[in-house]
Amino acid sequence: MATATVPPPARVTPPAEKVGRPRRKMNRTLKYLLLVLFALIVLLPAYVLLVTSFKGPSDADPSRAWFLPQTWDPSGWAKAWDTLAPALGRTFAMVIPASIISATLGSMNGYVLSKWRFPYANVVFTLILFGMFIPYQAVMIPLTQLMQGLGVPNGIPSLLVLHIVYGLPICTLIFRNYYASVPDELIEAARMDGAGLLRTYFSVILPVSTPGFVVVLIWQFTSAWNDYLFAAFFSSGRNGPVTIALSFLAGGQLTDYAASMAGALIASVPTLIVYIILGKYFVGGLMSGSVKG
Amino acid sequence: MGGPAGRLSGSASTGSGMFKNVKTWGPALLLVSPTIILVGIFVYGLIAVNIQMSMTDQHTARPSDEFVGLDNYFRLFADADFQHALRNLVLLTVVFLAGTLIFGFLWAWVLERPDRGEGFFRSIYLFPMAVSFIASGVVWRWLLSSLQTDQQGGERTTGLNRLLDSVGLGFLQNSWWSDPNWGIAAIAVPAIWQLAGYVMALFLAGFRGIPDELREAARIDGCSEWQLYRHVIFPQLSPVMLSAVIIIGHMSLKLFDLIRAIVPDANTYAVQVPATQMWVKYIGSDYADSAAIGTILLVLVALVVVPYLVYTSRQEKR
Repeated sequence: MATATVPPPARVTPPAEKVGRPRRKMNRTLKYLLLVLFALIVLLPAYVLLVTSFKGPSDADPSRAWFLPQTWDPSGWAKAWDTLAPALGRTFAMVIPASIISATLGSMNGYVLSKWRFPYANVVFTLILFGMFIPYQAVMIPLTQLMQGLGVPNGIPSLLVLHIVYGLPICTLIFRNYYASVPDELIEAARMDGAGLLRTYFSVILPVSTPGFVVVLIWQFTSAWNDYLFAAFFSSGRNGPVTIALSFLAGGQLTDYAASMAGALIASVPTLIVYIILGKYFVGGLMSGSVKG
Repeated sequence: MGGPAGRLSGSASTGSGMFKNVKTWGPALLLVSPTIILVGIFVYGLIAVNIQMSMTDQHTARPSDEFVGLDNYFRLFADADFQHALRNLVLLTVVFLAGTLIFGFLWAWVLERPDRGEGFFRSIYLFPMAVSFIASGVVWRWLLSSLQTDQQGGERTTGLNRLLDSVGLGFLQNSWWSDPNWGIAAIAVPAIWQLAGYVMALFLAGFRGIPDELREAARIDGCSEWQLYRHVIFPQLSPVMLSAVIIIGHMSLKLFDLIRAIVPDANTYAVQVPATQMWVKYIGSDYADSAAIGTILLVLVALVVVPYLVYTSRQEKR
């Protein structure tokens, strides 16, 4: 059974290189110099975040901006934690169910759209897909009214609904591409045995879906966790997710840089952990059935 | 990050011929119907309502729905501030695209051949993707601040400007996003930082999709390294490049969080784009104008995305 969505980078064995030629060697050194230089540039903001988050008032002078703290002062972290902790809890309570629900719906959609076509299934799929590209600004004003009209309270309940609904297109896309690799014969065999639509789903499709679910759940978790646009329109500092809490902590003209940088790190920990542990699947989500091989 | 991902292709096998009557596809349609209804309402229904709202005169919190046709659009396009926002959007998109494509390609090109530590560098280049614009905005706000008030109340350089100065690149110091004409280009710097790794991942997948025999054949035919790229590699990479342009381009059109995170005041003229103006109008209860800007953004995105969707679904049929 192919697991299509997350192709482990197909390693091409390096062609036998003629080692030892001075030019090759120099090229290789140059290559690593470049790689290290770029890595340092990419990591530069991370260094600033970490260092500044531990700086107390004595280090506030701009002349010390790029140096390590004279004394490692954790008070910024304490302040950031106090501000963000309630929002972190709220964000988990919103992001986890939102990811699970939209992944489940996406899986069923993907199954139907790749294996159990109905007339105009392709048109329907393309129409669903467009929903993932729209700028949400183009629905935002009526959306605020609709949610009010439906009586969904601002804050986490609203955001939960929105992340489920607007997550559906990409979840459907990823699962559809993923299930395309499941051989049609399997479905047909199940049908011969008299299994209907749902039986086939639960007995044939679901058991091979784990990698697809991992990719989709990571994707949904990350994008809902990192969302700010919906949060800005549908929640406040009192009931909002961590991005809102962080923007209040860091906002304003006079910023407490130590606390806000500690806060930025705290707010990024969950997604960074996901990236470090499940990086392969993370990339799989980014590519979501990307390039035809 | 709001960015949707990669190519939409992936050949879905058609079960065509297998299921012909309503009995078989009825339940299937039923299973997708919640999604069809939800997307129907929350995407297409609301787009329609939004367009309708943009043609009313509801410019204050007091409800009012007199139909004014396209007046709001005409006024917006004649408005100097909105023109400035559109110009900023173009500039942002061009710099953002150029930066991510250049760095993304460069990194993929260097990392293309498996080598020691390749995975390590790839992970480093890609990690900013996992962080929200709001979180990265915190540090970029500091990096891109031109001046900081010190304890004596004097203003002194900080952030990147200070670093550039201390490593002898002082001539690169500038006022970053505060420059009214070119400030928006400074916003593209963190955006590139965040997404170049993604474009790299796309290009790496593209490179891996090129069969080794193609390169061998070209070499045997006596192609020089440049000719190999010009005639074999680049054409093979062009679908990936198209994906990257679409994805980065449409992200750029929508970009909002990063600007809000870096620039404290939402009204800052230098970095206005339609997405931030839409927010400013919304806060000011000018719902009709806000809806109109939303619609304009939708049209811009659709101009980019719809041909692409049509193109990919045609490719799939082949």
